[in-house]
Amino acid sequence: MLDANAKTVGMVGLYDNVDALVQAAATVRDAGHKNWDCHTPYPVHGLEKAMGIKPSPVPTVILTAGLVGLIVAIALTGGLSAIHYPIRIGGKALLSWQAFVPIYFELFVLFAALAAMASVIFFCKLGRWHSPLHDSGIMKEITCDRFAIVFETRDGDESHEDIRAMLEETGCRDIRPLLEQEDEDNSII
Amino acid sequence: MSATQCAVPPTPAITPDLALRRLDDDIFRPMESFPTRRWWFAISITGALATLFVVCVGVTITQGIGTWGNNIPVGWGWAIVNFVFWIGIGHAGTLISAILFLLRQKWRTGIARFAEAMTIFAVICAMQFPLIHTGRPWLAMFWLIPYPNDQSLYQNFRSPLEWDVFAVGTYGLVSLMFWYTGLIPDLAIARERAVHPFRKFAYGLLSLGWRGSHKAWNHYEKAYLLFAALSTPLVLSVHSIVSFDFAVSHIPGWHTTIFPPYFVAGAIFSGFAMVATLIIIMRKMFRLEHIVTIEHLSAMNKIIIATSLMVGYAYAVELFMAWYGGVAAERYAFMNRAMGPYAWAYWTMVICNVVVPQLLWFRKIRRSVVLMYPVVILVNVGMWFERFVIVVTSLHRDYLPTSWDMFSPTWVDIGLFVGSIGLFLTLMLLFCRFLPTIATAELKAVMPGSQPSHGVNHA
Repeated sequence: MLDANAKTVGMVGLYDNVDALVQAAATVRDAGHKNWDCHTPYPVHGLEKAMGIKPSPVPTVILTAGLVGLIVAIALTGGLSAIHYPIRIGGKALLSWQAFVPIYFELFVLFAALAAMASVIFFCKLGRWHSPLHDSGIMKEITCDRFAIVFETRDGDESHEDIRAMLEETGCRDIRPLLEQEDEDNSII
Repeated sequence: MSATQCAVPPTPAITPDLALRRLDDDIFRPMESFPTRRWWFAISITGALATLFVVCVGVTITQGIGTWGNNIPVGWGWAIVNFVFWIGIGHAGTLISAILFLLRQKWRTGIARFAEAMTIFAVICAMQFPLIHTGRPWLAMFWLIPYPNDQSLYQNFRSPLEWDVFAVGTYGLVSLMFWYTGLIPDLAIARERAVHPFRKFAYGLLSLGWRGSHKAWNHYEKAYLLFAALSTPLVLSVHSIVSFDFAVSHIPGWHTTIFPPYFVAGAIFSGFAMVATLIIIMRKMFRLEHIVTIEHLSAMNKIIIATSLMVGYAYAVELFMAWYGGVAAERYAFMNRAMGPYAWAYWTMVICNVVVPQLLWFRKIRRSVVLMYPVVILVNVGMWFERFVIVVTSLHRDYLPTSWDMFSPTWVDIGLFVGSIGLFLTLMLLFCRFLPTIATAELKAVMPGSQPSHGVNHA
């Protein structure tokens, strides 16, 4: 937990109501802030529009990986059955692709699913076990039933007072500093 | 029934007036308190059965599969029966998590996590049987995955058994990843609720530092949707490919084109029966009756009736085609099933799978835990017998009457099957202790009032 070495790295506004959060997010988006995000206990639909975030590239990644899997399957079955060690089985053509369709399909799905798992980890920035939100103890409320707008002010471009004023304007009653533990090395490796 | 009653409202996702915090408390409490005496009692029994499984695997490996009842002509005995049985059990999990998700059936959220866990453990049980059937399972990897032997020869990719390797392997892995993806936000809840530093560390490690950021949710939801979209055809393909193990051969009673849809329907049927069997106990044990409600059980019972009719239809079509096709061996195979030495198994299957589930047409039975429990138990029994009938009665008398023989299981066969039930239930009990049994974050998202109301500026 936090001690005297904690450093303020941002501001957090906490909301109890999902409508208030969506409205506040739209206000913040229109004010043109950069380093901010909403943190919610569950996916809130329509929030991505209110926040103005771009559509996720995840579907493209998954489709590409699936197609790679398909090509691997075609190369694997055809290459091994018709080129590497051709054996005629049951009088069928060496490249009897119909018999390989189950493998084409399964490898398509396997590669796509591996890409889906990898994209969850990569795009959601998982595998970073420490964050100021954990240090400040705000995650406990976010994972349960509260909604937060979080501003990171590490680069010092935005003043805490401006952010506080804006959050108050959106009707936020619970505004806290975002604290980070300083004394230890926060990287996991 | 009046007209107003006929207009069926959609099954609600959850009891309406439940606060988010209480939801967390109710779901996570069983994980956070010391196991109850009932839990210890249950796991001591299932643990003993799982030990029996280990013993029987030991006997099989040290003394060979001659310790089983398999003979010639019944070269595929209980091992394959159990394999198909367990794979089928798993299918309900994927159906609930993927197909009902794509169909926007919100009620599925309450039971999805539990059913997905069941899928994974059922696949684990299923995989044991073909592996130990190879006799030397430590070498099985070289025989199954594409790896050349010393003559540089690879597997035959035209063989349904090799398709099985790809299908079941992919299914196991994809189910595991889908399940884990769903667990990540809930593990973050568990981390935040944890008091003991070790629990905090363990759940923190597993939750991968999930912070509930909306940028993350945005990617996460897309990936989750695509996992569902991938799993839907996958689950249909897996049992179709399992059925090819039979249908592609020339054995009378196996060589039929109805097998893939028949197997898939049977798998969903048996899987839902198993979900109901276990979740009724789980909701009672952990006092989650207000989250997994009678509405959920009733909705599952409706799916059980539907799939029971599909399975009954398949039995009828098999008989009809055997007669209509006019192939003597095929006709004999079905006469032998219904009236031969294994007729008791055939009629057990028909009664348990087709006759008994019709009781669920009665609203009273469908909505009473006590009354529906015997029905779902009998469906489990019936579906095991279905696989027994398919495997054993077809093999024991094929084209050549001089090689006809009877099959009887040994104690090792019985021990492996009963033991695999023990293994499965032990894994389920451990799951209920250590992981959130209900998809909490997902359930919060479908609760009334959890999503922004209309009229908010979305521009």
